[in-house]
Amino acid sequence: MHLPNPAELLPQMATALIEHLNQRQIREPRFIGIRTGGVWVAQALLEHLGRTDALGVLDVSFYRDDFTQNGLHPQVQPSELPFEVDGQHLVLIDDVLMSGRTIRAALNELFDYGRPASVTLVSLLDLNARELPIRPDVVGATLSLDAGQRVKLTGPAPLLLDLQTLANRD
Amino acid sequence: MTPTDAKRPLQLNDQGQLRHFLTLDGLPRDLLTELLDTADSFLEVGARAVKKVPLLRGKTVCNVFFENSTRTRTTFELAAQRLSADVISLNVSTSSTSKGETLFDTLRNLEAMAADIFVVRHADSGAAHFIAEHVCPNLAIINGGDGRHAHPTQGMLDMLTIRRHKGNFENLSVAIVGDILHSRVARSNMLALKTLGCPDIRVIAPKTLLPVGIEQYGVKVYSDMTEGLRDVDVVIMLRLQRERMQGGLLPSEGEFYRLFGLTEQRLQLARPDALVMHPGPINRGVEIESAVADGPQSVILNQVTYGIAVRMAVLSMTMSGQTTQRQLNAEEQN
Amino acid sequence: MRSAILGARVIDPSSGLDQVTDLYLDGGKLAGIGQAPAGFAAQVSIDANGLVAAPGLVDLNVALREPGYSRKGNIASETLAAAAGGVTSLCCPPFTKPVLDTPAVAELILDRAREAGHTKVFPVGALSKGLAGEQLAELVALRDAGCVAFGNGLDSFRNARTLRRALEYAATFDLTVIFHSQDHDLAEGGLAHEGATASFLGLPGIPETAETVALARDLLLVEQTGVRAHFSQLTSARGAELIADAQARGLPVTADVALYQLILTDEALIDFSSLYHVQPPLRTPADRQGLRDAVKSGVISAISSHHQPHERDAKLAPFGATEPGISSVQLLLPLAMTLVQDGLLDLPTLLARLSSGPASALRLPAGRLAQGAAADILLFDPRASTLAGERWYSKGSNCPFIGHCLPGTVRYTLVDGHISYQA
Repeated sequence: MHLPNPAELLPQMATALIEHLNQRQIREPRFIGIRTGGVWVAQALLEHLGRTDALGVLDVSFYRDDFTQNGLHPQVQPSELPFEVDGQHLVLIDDVLMSGRTIRAALNELFDYGRPASVTLVSLLDLNARELPIRPDVVGATLSLDAGQRVKLTGPAPLLLDLQTLANRD
Repeated sequence: MTPTDAKRPLQLNDQGQLRHFLTLDGLPRDLLTELLDTADSFLEVGARAVKKVPLLRGKTVCNVFFENSTRTRTTFELAAQRLSADVISLNVSTSSTSKGETLFDTLRNLEAMAADIFVVRHADSGAAHFIAEHVCPNLAIINGGDGRHAHPTQGMLDMLTIRRHKGNFENLSVAIVGDILHSRVARSNMLALKTLGCPDIRVIAPKTLLPVGIEQYGVKVYSDMTEGLRDVDVVIMLRLQRERMQGGLLPSEGEFYRLFGLTEQRLQLARPDALVMHPGPINRGVEIESAVADGPQSVILNQVTYGIAVRMAVLSMTMSGQTTQRQLNAEEQN
Repeated sequence: MRSAILGARVIDPSSGLDQVTDLYLDGGKLAGIGQAPAGFAAQVSIDANGLVAAPGLVDLNVALREPGYSRKGNIASETLAAAAGGVTSLCCPPFTKPVLDTPAVAELILDRAREAGHTKVFPVGALSKGLAGEQLAELVALRDAGCVAFGNGLDSFRNARTLRRALEYAATFDLTVIFHSQDHDLAEGGLAHEGATASFLGLPGIPETAETVALARDLLLVEQTGVRAHFSQLTSARGAELIADAQARGLPVTADVALYQLILTDEALIDFSSLYHVQPPLRTPADRQGLRDAVKSGVISAISSHHQPHERDAKLAPFGATEPGISSVQLLLPLAMTLVQDGLLDLPTLLARLSSGPASALRLPAGRLAQGAAADILLFDPRASTLAGERWYSKGSNCPFIGHCLPGTVRYTLVDGHISYQA
């Protein structure tokens, strides 16, 4: 399994994003990264776009759907959105899109801040393993993993993708 | 005698996470820090337009108060609601339970009504322990104050206040003033400060208001405000109740105020930016001068806000700990 | 009925006898020690090889809870529990409902005890009417109905003058008064010993001075009035010292201690366990040591279970709302054997504290193995173990020792020659 180098994916993601925003005439996007990997990707993307926008950081721990099974995440930190959400065009950035549940949680949280005009979803990787009807607008690369395999992003510099095999579970 | 590990198994699940919140005794520093960090996150929630997160949606939090309290009960209600939980509040006066239904039966009945978390306040020390151990071990039990023994959520909100305004505990000098003998807040604060590494914890009170063996908390005892307040970073004033005069513990409120009241003049003995704290409700002119309570160094109102966040953290963490334990038990059976 | 107990190590503390020999019983009395009476033919023989034969234990404070507290226990159940603990004679306190301040109540208790037939019962009558500490009870009538001594429990007389009068009255008739010395005002509201543990737990404390101040007063009044006095349920080392000083001054006072006070301290309370809620309270390790030393030296000449059985609800509440008391008479022998195991006492001394000591404190016809005396005998195996709680006869399960493995096992308890308990 050959994992792409994130640095090589960023240029075409940046281009695709610009095109997407232009098509919709979005002039003042607000960028939000999902902690932690999404924030790294967002920072790298903004750098690539040559932009100095303030980046919002979203922690979705309180909105996950697995509290009943797995309890509270041990390292919760506050979300930090340095701008209003009401009426804004948001660009939501994450590192790995798998089941779609993280994005679902992120959307729920964003809507508790206010009513955005639109949300554009950017993801470095799409693992083609959706369990919910969530689709990305901009993707770096699409991969298919075997059962029991996971991909993890390390960072913030250099950004690297790491393939992990989960220990056997009955 | 030092606090033992005997309490640890009761409050913690097999992974060392909180499953009940009864006392700060036996809780490691990492756990208290995690609690403070989680509370910080919930403070952010309270600053938004929609002050809710869906964490405890579908869960029922039952406030069972055997002792009257508007303030603590209200903040627990708010905390539970902000977690999207369903909330029931019961004010059960002690006399009604002595008329027939035992504490045991009252709580078992509530458990049968599918409560998930109990917040309990009771006049008997050890009540929360009793409930966690003998009545409802599989529900998260939060101690909202038991007799003179502990008020752990108050202890933690006081710690959050200090951390947010003063930073690291390891450089601080903190004074607790007043009726230590009868105060569960003082006991929880002393334990919390010790665990979090505060090197200089002082209590200032006349002998009649100090418990025997106070040294076991690792605090320094003063009976003089001039000495005790010198250069402290934080002053925590405790409430003095009227009944203390009747018991022969003090001659009068006036004498107490003259000797131990926190006046503007006395506050100057402390560091220039020292925090003034009080668990409330305050007795103006008895333990604290109005000008100080309302003054720039007072964080008494902030304490209330922090209290909601701390209680949200406690509710979530114990719910999480109970859930995890249930999982572990289920896995063990398979 | 003629029986023989063969090959036991016979220990009789009052005579100093300690040897392997045989006992011969006839008509409920000890007919011979070591040598069968002429023409004796045993109908029943007990092979007591490897066992110790001692005077049946004498427990000075066993609450039978009858009349009036049937949820907690009754005479049949609690005397059976006592017999299983090796007890052949016990004193029951006056805290019944109605209070033991009339002959009728004493007679009821004695009748029920005879019916049950497990142990001999010697009631302790109330010193004041209703135990209220104000008016004197009819002590002589109570004595004639079978009361062997008089007490008022932990509720001391508030008025020292009234107490003095009561003591003088008792002294007139050579009656023994049992003191549980505790100053009402110093102890008020307290749940545990006033020390570091109670402070940490936020439990109101009972200071040591609650005991010592009352003891000092009571000892001086005993001296003034000349009443026969027994001081019960000591809890502090200082208190034991006061007794020792009084005895050294020539005051003929005796004292007992609860067995659990020699074993437990206030540190046991750390989990708020109501099983350790007792009045007067458990105190510090230093107090426990002082009490143990006093038992060893004989200043305290009697060890009692201070048995107080309770129904489950009485202990199933937050600490301050529970009733005080431990149910432990069934474990009197094996629990006391831990004192031998610890090296504090040798076996004959332990047996003295459990039999001859208590008997002579209250002048009871018990506590000795002698020719012609009643055949009240305990046979136990000092090398076996008892799993506390395996078979439990008391109605009260409020015992923190349940589940513990204790040294020694009661094999037979005989009262007036008949077997009242057999393992």
